[in-house]
Amino acid sequence: MTSAARILIVDDEAPIRRFLRIALESEGYEVVEAGTARDGIRAAAHEQPAAVILDLGLPDADGLAVLRGIREWSQMPVLVLSVRSDEGGKVAALDAGAQDYVTKPFGTREFLARLRALLRDRGEPSPSPSVLEIGDLRIDAAAHTVTKASEPVRLTRREFDLLWLLASHAGRLVTQGQILRTLWGPAHAEDSQYLRVYVRQLRAKIGDDASDPRYIFTEPGVGYRFRSQGPDHI
Amino acid sequence: MADPMLRPEPDALLASAAREGRGRLKVFLGAAPGVGKTYAMLEAAQARQREGVDVAAAVVETHGRHETEAMLRDLPVLPRRPLVYKGRILTEMDLDGLLARRPDLALIDELAHTNVEGSRHEKRWQDVEEVLAAGIDVYTTLNVQHVETLNETVARITGIRVRETVPDRMLDEADEIELIDLPPEELLQRLHAGKVYVQDQAARAVRAFFAKGNLVALRELSLRAAADRVDAELREHMAAHAIPGPWPAQDRLLVVVTEDPVTRDAIRVAKRSADRARTEWIALSVLSSQAERLTSEAKDRIADFLRLAERLGAELATIEAEHDAVAEVLSFARRHNVRRIVLGRPGAQTWLERLGRWAGAGTLARDLLRQGRDFEITIASGSAPRPGRRTEWPPRRTREGLGVYAAAPLAIALATSAAWAIDTLIPAPSLSLIYMTAVVAVAAIRGIGPAVLAAALGFLAHNFFFVEPRHTFTVAERGELLTLLLFLVASTVTGNLAAQLRARVQAQRAIVDRLGKLHDFGRRVASGATRDDVVWAIVSNVAGTLGCDTLLLAPDDDGGLAVVGGFPPEDRIETRDMTAARFAWDKGEATGRGTGTLPTADWYFLPVRAGDRRLAVLGLRLGDDARLALLDRPLIDSLADQVALALERVRLAEELSRTQLASETERLRTALLSSVSHDLRTPLVTIIGAADSLAEDAGSLAPEARLTLAETIREEGQRLDRYVQNLLDMTRLEHGALRPRPIAVDVADLVGQARHRLRRALERYPIEVDLPADLPMVDVDLTLTEQVLVNLLDNAAKYGPEGRPIRIAARTLGSEVELSVSDDGPGIPPEQRERVFGMFVRLEDSDRHRAGTGLGLAIARGFIEAQGGTIHAEAVREDGTGTRMVLALPTFQEDLTS
Repeated sequence: MTSAARILIVDDEAPIRRFLRIALESEGYEVVEAGTARDGIRAAAHEQPAAVILDLGLPDADGLAVLRGIREWSQMPVLVLSVRSDEGGKVAALDAGAQDYVTKPFGTREFLARLRALLRDRGEPSPSPSVLEIGDLRIDAAAHTVTKASEPVRLTRREFDLLWLLASHAGRLVTQGQILRTLWGPAHAEDSQYLRVYVRQLRAKIGDDASDPRYIFTEPGVGYRFRSQGPDHI
Repeated sequence: MADPMLRPEPDALLASAAREGRGRLKVFLGAAPGVGKTYAMLEAAQARQREGVDVAAAVVETHGRHETEAMLRDLPVLPRRPLVYKGRILTEMDLDGLLARRPDLALIDELAHTNVEGSRHEKRWQDVEEVLAAGIDVYTTLNVQHVETLNETVARITGIRVRETVPDRMLDEADEIELIDLPPEELLQRLHAGKVYVQDQAARAVRAFFAKGNLVALRELSLRAAADRVDAELREHMAAHAIPGPWPAQDRLLVVVTEDPVTRDAIRVAKRSADRARTEWIALSVLSSQAERLTSEAKDRIADFLRLAERLGAELATIEAEHDAVAEVLSFARRHNVRRIVLGRPGAQTWLERLGRWAGAGTLARDLLRQGRDFEITIASGSAPRPGRRTEWPPRRTREGLGVYAAAPLAIALATSAAWAIDTLIPAPSLSLIYMTAVVAVAAIRGIGPAVLAAALGFLAHNFFFVEPRHTFTVAERGELLTLLLFLVASTVTGNLAAQLRARVQAQRAIVDRLGKLHDFGRRVASGATRDDVVWAIVSNVAGTLGCDTLLLAPDDDGGLAVVGGFPPEDRIETRDMTAARFAWDKGEATGRGTGTLPTADWYFLPVRAGDRRLAVLGLRLGDDARLALLDRPLIDSLADQVALALERVRLAEELSRTQLASETERLRTALLSSVSHDLRTPLVTIIGAADSLAEDAGSLAPEARLTLAETIREEGQRLDRYVQNLLDMTRLEHGALRPRPIAVDVADLVGQARHRLRRALERYPIEVDLPADLPMVDVDLTLTEQVLVNLLDNAAKYGPEGRPIRIAARTLGSEVELSVSDDGPGIPPEQRERVFGMFVRLEDSDRHRAGTGLGLAIARGFIEAQGGTIHAEAVREDGTGTRMVLALPTFQEDLTS
């Protein structure tokens, strides 16, 4: 990490801010804290952070309000902290423009992996490599070929597009809506049924096991996440 | 100064207390129309108005008198309510308008007035009672001949009977009575001057009524009536204030109610005597088998009499007496401390009845006089016109009419033929025995009357056909004459005995029948388990027993009354009927058809109560024969008691189950507390301890030790997280806040998610997954089902030995997918396999620290069942070791349209 990316933490719990600050600073990030929604929006505007860590449960306003406030003028990455029972809040945050989430309680490794994935594209106006290698999978976008441990894998056009979409966002959440809109068009944004069938076929062909996944991880009710290139695949 | 032993009589205090909150009643009592009651009332009302009292004239009859109209001019007059009756529009007092208007004082003229049909009450005095109950003071007017118990006397004095009567109770309960006295001479002058309004009665009758002698007598009556009430007030005051006696001994007075019209007089005599002696009185009706066979007219009369007695303040009682009614009456009287018995003098009898009576059946009056020597017995003589049929005691069947007597000549004719045949074949001396047989047969089949007739006819026939000289009624031999006479006596006596036997059998049968019905009813109603069952049993069985439509109404949550059951099923009734039901509930009295309150309703409503607790209102739709037959009354009352018992039983059962629920809740609360204190704290102790070691470390800890401490904190933190998640899930289940959102879910995804979440806890267990490739998707809520799987895997790791595999398998089973998690642990004893799904149930485990919160499986079951699935535990191996938790999840049905 060359440039010390500035990260804004918006959370009302001081202990959480403290432990996140320690984790982030040990990774070389610069940390800005806000304890309320109002301070959060203000800090987002003034400090120009590279990414925002946003808790959904804030004392003075809904975390979603902060998210919407930021989205009015910026597409800066936002990582939402959600709680397990709050499925609705998580989906609403993604709909409102959050890029990803972690479910509390979470480990620092998982948290840092998510954040790294979010920041990866930043600043580099994607030269979009035509070949991705993740684990023993090699995906060639130009040639439209996939090999697994050097053995060719035969995929249909759609399966390949799906694999490419997921793998090119490795480590990041890709929502069902994003996938459906990209592959099937906006009219099919709700047809998650298709998606499940294709993901199942794709998993079978690349030798992935949903009950013990190595490549494609299901984010229940939200979407999928391809393992990241690094050792910390979550 | 008061003697501490002298406490006010509770009843008297209660009576005064009951009056509090009620309006005060003032009666302007006059001896005759025209004495100026209305005028006096208006005068008093004006005086009150000047004092600032809010007075309203609800109904005042001025009869066109100018002075009266002038008096009324200054008072606010409420509009009357128009009613259409027989094509004419009549106006009545607007009771609801008055209640809504709520003046301090209402003027309601002519208390004895009978309301037009369609009004809420039959009588205006009932309206007045309601107005008083609403806390409004009332001024009213009344002529003395309308007072119930004086009605008879007035009729006897004047020869004119007024039909409109007011119960004495109204005067008894009046707070003030003002006697409007006018000397007869002056009244007559006013009459002649046309100042007295007389209803369109025949002029002759008017002249007769206003005869001076009558007026003098009436004036005396009204003076006495007023004086009596003053006396009563004084007495009540003394009782309420514990002023020592002298009190008359608390003996009571009893009036025997029979269907004889003279009973009406007896009741009035009883009321006056009881008033004078200041004792309570009881109206007693006797039920016997014969009473079962009374005409419906006679039953109505008895019901009328009982109602009259009730209105006059009597306590009602009914006894059953199969044969010896007199003894039963006397025994009742002794038990109830009765000193004096009043009954009506029965009218004249037919010769046949006299004969029957001579043969054994006495009159009630005579038998009472003979057997009840220790009682003071008053025989009231009647003035009422009697109906065609006479009164008898014991009451005799009348329904079958004279037809039954036809049996007598028929039997004698048969006997004569038989005797003739025998006489020709083998002349026998004792042919009279054949006639005797005939008489006994008639007695057994038709009762005493026809038997006596048969005896007489047999006597004549035997004499005529078989006694020398034959074919004449003369008797040659003295011996023959004696035989004949003995025959007459013997046949009458045996006939009577046979008839009594028959009556007794019938009485027993009727009683057995009624008891049977009640027993049946009780049994069927008692078998209901839930309130709905019991309500249904009640309405269907009441309907079956009484043969009429039945309703049950009970209070709803808003304090209203609602139909809770009906046979035939019905859930709405007309407003009018509902009003009657409401009244029955509020007043605790029978209302509706056949009663004095809202008699135009279709239903008869009877309050159902257990002790002082009001439970429900029972509605019976009686046929066109609106009156409740008297003999159904005890049955209906008994049924109402049974209904009350059944409802009370249900209420108690509900209360009991609430208590049990409460105690179960209590057990759970205790378990929760101990769970929170133990399971929540243990990880915290470890975390705090480990964190403390790390924080206080001055560099002495080896790097491995630091790592171990940090890992301990992480593990215990995760354990705490799972525990909190359990508590949250449990709370959601408990509060019914669970809203499963089933979607098509890949079982493999589920397994993957759960394994991922438990990856650390499962580190030391090989996981074997066996999912068929063609496994269909399941239709479940992803989050909930994932949690279930997490709990099952967590348990498998807890109970299975480390290093032994945990197996996850699935297969299709019809329209379900069976998903199972098996461990290699010690297994669950068969008898515990259901119990483990209870809350805070933990299997005793020597390895205590492994035991979980006791919530995991309860949550698993709750979540799975909320989605229409099932979960159960079984053993993996024959020897009972290993636990397999089996989930059955609904398969997702592919929507073919998409």
